[in-house]
Amino acid sequence: MTALLVLPIVVPMATAVLTLAVWRHPGVQRWLGVAGSAVHLATAVGLLAQVVTGGILAVQIGNWPAPFGITLVADHLGAAMVLIAAIIGLAVAVYSVGDVDCDRQRHGFYPLYHVLLTGVSGSFLTGDLFNLYVWFEVMLSSSFVLLALGRDRAQIDGAIKYAAINLVSTVTFLIAVGILYGMTGTLNMADLAVRVPQVANAGLLTAVAVLFLVAFGIKAAIFPLFFWLPASYHTPAVSVSALFAGLLTKVGVYALIRTFTLIFTHDVGYTHTLLLYVAAATMVTGVLGAAAHYEVRRILSFHIVSQIGYMVMGLALFTPLALAGSVFYVIHHILVKTNLFLVAGLVARRAGTAEIRDIGGLYRAAPFLAVLFMVPAMSLAGVPPLSGFWAKLILIRAGLEAGVWWIVAVALAVGLLTLFSMSKIWLEAFWKPRPEAAPPLVPTASTPGMVVALYGPVVALAMLTVAIGLWGAPLMELGARAAGELLSRDAYIAAVLGRAP
Amino acid sequence: MEVLLAFVTGLMGAASVYLLLSRHVVRMLLGLILLSNTANLLIFVAGRLTETRPPLVPPGGVLPEVPFANPVPQALILTAIVISFGLLAFALVLVYRGYLELGTVDSDRMRVAEPPLPGQRILPPEVQGEARSGCR
Repeated sequence: MTALLVLPIVVPMATAVLTLAVWRHPGVQRWLGVAGSAVHLATAVGLLAQVVTGGILAVQIGNWPAPFGITLVADHLGAAMVLIAAIIGLAVAVYSVGDVDCDRQRHGFYPLYHVLLTGVSGSFLTGDLFNLYVWFEVMLSSSFVLLALGRDRAQIDGAIKYAAINLVSTVTFLIAVGILYGMTGTLNMADLAVRVPQVANAGLLTAVAVLFLVAFGIKAAIFPLFFWLPASYHTPAVSVSALFAGLLTKVGVYALIRTFTLIFTHDVGYTHTLLLYVAAATMVTGVLGAAAHYEVRRILSFHIVSQIGYMVMGLALFTPLALAGSVFYVIHHILVKTNLFLVAGLVARRAGTAEIRDIGGLYRAAPFLAVLFMVPAMSLAGVPPLSGFWAKLILIRAGLEAGVWWIVAVALAVGLLTLFSMSKIWLEAFWKPRPEAAPPLVPTASTPGMVVALYGPVVALAMLTVAIGLWGAPLMELGARAAGELLSRDAYIAAVLGRAP
Repeated sequence: MEVLLAFVTGLMGAASVYLLLSRHVVRMLLGLILLSNTANLLIFVAGRLTETRPPLVPPGGVLPEVPFANPVPQALILTAIVISFGLLAFALVLVYRGYLELGTVDSDRMRVAEPPLPGQRILPPEVQGEARSGCR
């Protein structure tokens, strides 16, 4: 029981240490990396199974009683996020075997990769605000190096912007934590949920809530704080940007959902209305930004921003159905977006460039690749029966039930524009004939092993998207349970503090 | 004392925001350093300043003698100092490397990863080494 909660953090940490121990042997590191990710996935499955059957799990690290020590908590949301992170971790670890070049492997790609997974799992499982800051830093420091790892000049450029803005975000987070501690005298999130309503100075509390919104908003790339994302995500190795695209912004969204359901619910009329406007602006600017670009990964980066808007919209509406929709959307989005980045990598490999105007003719030359692109692309746009359709349907229905018509209109319009953007990639890269001046297409992989490593994860993730689309009910049930726990906080507080609030 | 420190913290915050808004990347880095120290000072003040004893348990005792200083902010600041030291050291190296690779510290002219300004000429990125063979 206790071990289940700690293992999803310990396994990637141990894998990172083991890969460091064989620093001179990238070949061994590759296999250790894949094996470590597989074990990580197994522990995550065990954790979610335990949470689904036995309810919220909580462990006091070092046996210090709750508000004083550091608590690890797994509710439905946390456990589901750990599982989806582990799935992406394994998929990208396999892909990286065929994708990441020798130079990057020799300079610590695998240790950093697993440190990043450690930070992500830790963020999802911690029940302490300062501990969350530390996990954010673990994640951030490894992501800095992963982003800069390589010999590409564009990477340095992207990394400087990424590092600068994210450092501002962590300091903002720290300042917010400091002020909140000064007001309440605690950092344990369950204890904060009890004590925050007793704070007399509601105005200052709202100011701190907005500081948290800014700090997590930069991580989650919401409007108007997203500019670092499209400036950096297209520069590193495909495996790195796929991992970032899938997980990093979603940790920010998770932190927003956690703090704005558990801690800051004293003035929902102000904070969540602000979130709703932010969500609308994020959706619109993201999708319009994508329309202006012709580099595959850059288009997809802008779509991350736009999709974050949907998740924040679910949080902002703050009804059980809307929150369930947010959880569903996050899970669907992580699968689909990672998959799209991986496919983009395959396309760039095949065509020798990522500029879609220079590609063309891929449908004729590589029909299987075209299908592999079509599945996640249509899922992202929300075409039935894929997972994205249900994710959007739930959120739109929640919006209608809450009576907020304008956000429903915005969400639908942005969905249509997403479809336009995906069809732009389709037309330019796959459908139109290959330009006369273009160099000949090259095979994506030279050996059968590389074919399996590169295509296996893409096929598996595409099948998961289809599976969620066809059998969405269990995931919806999970989302509904997570939303129930988020809205009635008593179970979470009781699990951590060991008593009813 | 608390009021004085609060003003000092505010002043440092303002100065760091001014530096952060600079296009000169080194100035921006100095702003980040100042901002992280602002955060540390802020946590210290938020933990209340009192003239008391250090929070040490006397020999044979179970609890420190009251009144004692709040140890939590100090632990938080210590952690934050270590983390920000590491990150800022990395950022410094990154900026230096950026200067070597891109030949500028003006963030407006760092546009290798983004569409260039009108009339700006940027060297094409080098071709990535495909060399995976021999990576054992």
